[in-house]
Amino acid sequence: MSKERIQISEDLYDIMPSDYQDLVKSATYGKEDRGWKDIGTSKELIEQHSLCAGCPESMAFRYILASLPNPEDTVMVGSTGCTSLVFPMVAVHNIHSLFGNQNAIASGLKRALSVRFPGRVKDVVVLAGDGATVDIGLDMTLQAWFRQEKFTTICFDNELYANTGGQESGLMQKGFVAKMAPVGKLFDKVRLPEIARESGCHYVVNCTVSKPSLVEKVIRNAVHVAREIGPTYLQLYTPCILEIGKNSMEGLQEMRDSEKPTERFAYKEYISEPAKQLLAELAAKDKERKAAAKQLASQASA
Amino acid sequence: MATPPSVIGTQNKKGQTYTDPWKLLHEAPRTPSFFTGSEVIKEAVRRSSCDVMIAYPITPQSEAAALIGELFAEGYIGDYFRGESEFAVMSQCAGAAFGGARVFTTTAGPGTMRAMENFPMWAGARLPIQMIVTCRGINSPLSIQPDTLEIAYLLNTGMLVWHAETAQDFFDWILKGYMVSEEPDVHLPLALCCDGFFVTHTKDVVNLTPADMCLPPYDPYRSPVPCMDMECPPVRMMRDPFVMKSNYISYATHASWQQEIWAAIERSRKHSIHWLNGLIDTENVDADILIVASGTAVSQGREAIRLLEEEGVRCGLVKVKTLRPWPEEEIREATKNAKHIFVPEFNVTGWLAKEIRATIPNPHRVHAGPHVCGGMTMPPEIIVSEIKTALGMKSFSLAGRGS
Repeated sequence: MSKERIQISEDLYDIMPSDYQDLVKSATYGKEDRGWKDIGTSKELIEQHSLCAGCPESMAFRYILASLPNPEDTVMVGSTGCTSLVFPMVAVHNIHSLFGNQNAIASGLKRALSVRFPGRVKDVVVLAGDGATVDIGLDMTLQAWFRQEKFTTICFDNELYANTGGQESGLMQKGFVAKMAPVGKLFDKVRLPEIARESGCHYVVNCTVSKPSLVEKVIRNAVHVAREIGPTYLQLYTPCILEIGKNSMEGLQEMRDSEKPTERFAYKEYISEPAKQLLAELAAKDKERKAAAKQLASQASA
Repeated sequence: MATPPSVIGTQNKKGQTYTDPWKLLHEAPRTPSFFTGSEVIKEAVRRSSCDVMIAYPITPQSEAAALIGELFAEGYIGDYFRGESEFAVMSQCAGAAFGGARVFTTTAGPGTMRAMENFPMWAGARLPIQMIVTCRGINSPLSIQPDTLEIAYLLNTGMLVWHAETAQDFFDWILKGYMVSEEPDVHLPLALCCDGFFVTHTKDVVNLTPADMCLPPYDPYRSPVPCMDMECPPVRMMRDPFVMKSNYISYATHASWQQEIWAAIERSRKHSIHWLNGLIDTENVDADILIVASGTAVSQGREAIRLLEEEGVRCGLVKVKTLRPWPEEEIREATKNAKHIFVPEFNVTGWLAKEIRATIPNPHRVHAGPHVCGGMTMPPEIIVSEIKTALGMKSFSLAGRGS
């Protein structure tokens, strides 16, 4: 693919917003090895957003959008929350409808795209907060996995309801004092990664977004496995610095502190056998492609 | 962009010929068939070039939803599955419609209520989903019996709402419904309601169009809003999301969007008149006494009129076919000579009578009733009794009504 679907008519070029012109000129739609390293040298698929200064969610958004393997044929599904303030700024078709129904929307969407575009890749990626994924939408999150719906579910886990002002959520740590948990949360953080594995997800990762290269790897894996095999789940720690009493510049350190081996966001992954096989094949192809490119380059210089 | 070649006259993978919808519904030969309402729904869907149907069991629509599964197994529908609840199903329908599919689903009673949050969203997102509502009780204690109270909740969602009387209405209106709701200047979901059991579980002779002819497929690129399939530019929707903003621009945007939905319902009027041959049907509306009804209350009203005629009382009939768009002008015109207007309904609140009272001059002419609810049937005799009592005529006592 390329950018033929977003070309601007010459007559209208000068009246198009500059960020759209930039998309046509230098976005990385269709670039085979697109990734986080394109940030800074290409037009990102996210424009200015209205999240808080220093919000780790904004970092996560940038890395994810830079890493989607096939943005030109990807439709994203969001839910209500801080993420719904960002999606209007994203240059990939995306759907916001209600709070918590994101995996139901994605189920219908993926099936419709499969009916309408047989033989073509159309990836669907859900991105929602932990309230949407684990509390109000848990039923639909799990049922989509039981049905083996072929899309990726990403949960931005900030361990509370951020957009409504810091209320207790199922992914909040036990004992944390928050709105609606006035004496501290009384039960443990819900273990959704384990539940995801048992519910039929083929690729599950629990981590923070402190390392862009890691985010790139898990996003690519999750999308490829979902496309070919079945549901995948990523739980990414994107702390709400506002609600845990941190400053704008402290988000990164908060994530680094939380991903230490004994902490709750220590890197954890589960890969099913068919997914392992697929990822090995993709890695082999990638290696082959890189070797061929290298050979071509050395021939050209010889 | 070049206009794509017409598919009319070509065949789908099942060998059905895509047929001009007007010719299909008005000129194609019809075969009388003795079917239940549920089977009629299946036969209409067979001819509707439906891409995705999503099902969930709830009486009395379960049979229809399962029969459409058989159509999927036979290859008439692109995809079909059972969702986990009506809330989820209606969101799955939304996802499929966002992705450019022609979508069909069915629900009833408590299912309609559970799914309710989705309906204003469907309308706001301009998704032309068709939902069959086979009305049943929504009260506690639990009831599965016929009762049309749920329609009252659908009237302000921004959906088109039609109320079928018979299985024949159902067959024709499922096909016609897509034609109206998919018009670019409408592009709204349709709740096609019927009275559960009375229509779904009884057999009737229905004139069916040929099974080897079907509607042309839905073209999602005629939608007034972009189809979410990444086949058109992923423009940034807004510079500053106004979703939670408290400012004039935000309020104005939301207000104008709501007004646009209701304007689209108004614009559906001309298409509905075209396809349904008017928003109401009338018989003898020059009479002093009129029965105005929707759904199977129309059939009961018709029978009551026959009984009254035997006693020398002349009574006219207005069958209300569409509730949204609301046939305001038509009802005003049809009731202009009436001195007494009776509105029999299968629900306790009398929502249709309230709508009519709010529509016509001298609303004291409206007698809201008789009402039956909770699964009770409406024998024509109680309509006759209601009319005669109101007119000061002698009426025999009906069992159970006290005397």
